[in-house]
Amino acid sequence: MPDVSDYERIGVFGGVYSNHHALRTVLADAASQGVEKLFCLGDIGGFGPHPDRSAELLRQHEISTIQGNYDDSVGNALDDCQCGYTDPRDNAFAQISYDYTLSNTDPQHRAWMRDLPMHLRLRLGGQDVLLAHGSPRQVNEFLWESTTPDSFIERLLGEHQTDLLLLTHTGLHWNRLLPQAPGRGLVNVGAIGRPANDGDTAVWYSVLTWTGDVGAPVSVEARRVEYDHETLASEMRAERLPDEFVETILTGWWTTCLEILPAKERARGQL
Amino acid sequence: MSNSAIPVSSSAHRGPTLGFRGLDVLWLQVTGTVCNIACTHCFITCGPKNDSHPIMETQSVLDALEQARGLGVKEIYFTGGEPFLHPEILKLVEATLVHAPLSILTNALLLDDETCAGLARLERNSRYSLDLRVSVDGTTAEENDPIRGRHTFRRIMEGAHRLYRHGLNPVFTVTTVHAQYEGNEGRVQFLESLRELGFDRPRVKFIPPFHIGREEERGGAYPPGFQLSPGDLFEGEEQYLQCGSCRTVTAKGVYPCPILIEEDGARMASEIHDTLVPIELNHPACTTCHAEGFSCRT
Ligand code: SF4
Ligand code: SF4
Ligand SMILES: [Fe+2]
Repeated sequence: MPDVSDYERIGVFGGVYSNHHALRTVLADAASQGVEKLFCLGDIGGFGPHPDRSAELLRQHEISTIQGNYDDSVGNALDDCQCGYTDPRDNAFAQISYDYTLSNTDPQHRAWMRDLPMHLRLRLGGQDVLLAHGSPRQVNEFLWESTTPDSFIERLLGEHQTDLLLLTHTGLHWNRLLPQAPGRGLVNVGAIGRPANDGDTAVWYSVLTWTGDVGAPVSVEARRVEYDHETLASEMRAERLPDEFVETILTGWWTTCLEILPAKERARGQL
Repeated sequence: MSNSAIPVSSSAHRGPTLGFRGLDVLWLQVTGTVCNIACTHCFITCGPKNDSHPIMETQSVLDALEQARGLGVKEIYFTGGEPFLHPEILKLVEATLVHAPLSILTNALLLDDETCAGLARLERNSRYSLDLRVSVDGTTAEENDPIRGRHTFRRIMEGAHRLYRHGLNPVFTVTTVHAQYEGNEGRVQFLESLRELGFDRPRVKFIPPFHIGREEERGGAYPPGFQLSPGDLFEGEEQYLQCGSCRTVTAKGVYPCPILIEEDGARMASEIHDTLVPIELNHPACTTCHAEGFSCRT
């Protein structure tokens, strides 16, 4: 295994979806939290306005970034975003924002996205950590809280030889540290690009800390971040992005992509 | 455990080999081929008198669940036949939901208030999702009843509404035997009809007809020689075809998928452990999965 860097406190976010306002706020929040290093789990573009602004921020702050399905698509100018939606209405909206994002991303940023790694490994104190987008075996696999059993988490950790898996892609944050295996588990850091379908306009990322406690060597804090969502909404309007997307930013409720939600997550939402 | 591919049927045809990426999905044929109705398109010819695959013993179901858990399973599916004919169905649901998310495929005809309340309680007490998939063949009695039986449309909708009232929003599962529900427009139209029927967050899944079992008589068989050949699969197709990561357990043994359990030579072994190997897709029904990119999973 190549040399991996060792940390005691890291910040991890994903699903930027061109939300450069949220990204700026998360960068400031993470700095105030004293994290040693920040990581981005991919999906830089999509949904929001002016995709270059987010790419610039990530590169300027030298955030270690891995490639999401969106970055693969934009980087390689593929036909669609590979988000994995099944509903035709969701795909229609996804295509609008994909076409917008692709044509508004500078070729130089696209080259950067194309070359991003799909995985990163690091150490958090005594634990091995693997960063991936959807899952380590499939970039657009959805791992939801209510459909990811402990048995499957154990299998993924074993197959990919790690203690902790850090993921995004679904847009909903959750984590489960396995009760029988201290310091092992899965953290979905959520998305900072759009709210978590809970009627709150804030977005979420995660801070992980090595505590060294025998029973709980790692602590995971999901951090709620308020940002200037009103300004984002007006930029989205000015760019003629779909009203449905603007509504999500302003209300905290998803209006699209509901079809992919499992029963429990769907029941918590408004639509 | 051998690593050579197990063919999914006894056909002499040589099909392509599909890798196995681990047991993500376990299908349990809890009631086998025993059903309270006998739909004209049923690809495993279920009915009240077909006990070709009998109802599974409760203990066999629990054993299979435990084995699957040890193998790192991700999701469990109950099917049949009609799963609610199982005398201990709620006990099985409860045992499953302790460890994994569960989907149950049902015709909704046996879903009385007591059963729905029991399901809703088990769902609330579980960290994992419980999905009920209700089969229906159209949005009117005229479309549905010739296939599922007289007055079934009304009774299916009653069962589905009962689930809905108890907080379990069903996924309507539609076999696309009616041409108007093919494609995106058909889907949008179907969702709209469901809203009119009172389901304000409608969920639906379409399933292509498999031309085997009773559907072979209704819609016609696969033409002779209609088969996949080596080289037909694309790179990584085991990620898309469910049999790249699922197995089906019935009272009679382990099969690659829920579609082929009545086909000659589809039985792979008696234990799940002996089936975690690549398979050879040499049954005509495999052409449907391949062409439609179809998976019975959600
Ligand atoms: S299609 Fe379903 S409900 Fe109809 S006979 Fe077959 S198993 Fe029973
Ligand atoms: S019928 Fe479909 S699911 Fe079953 S073995 Fe063939 S390809 Fe796989
Ligand atoms: Fe993604």
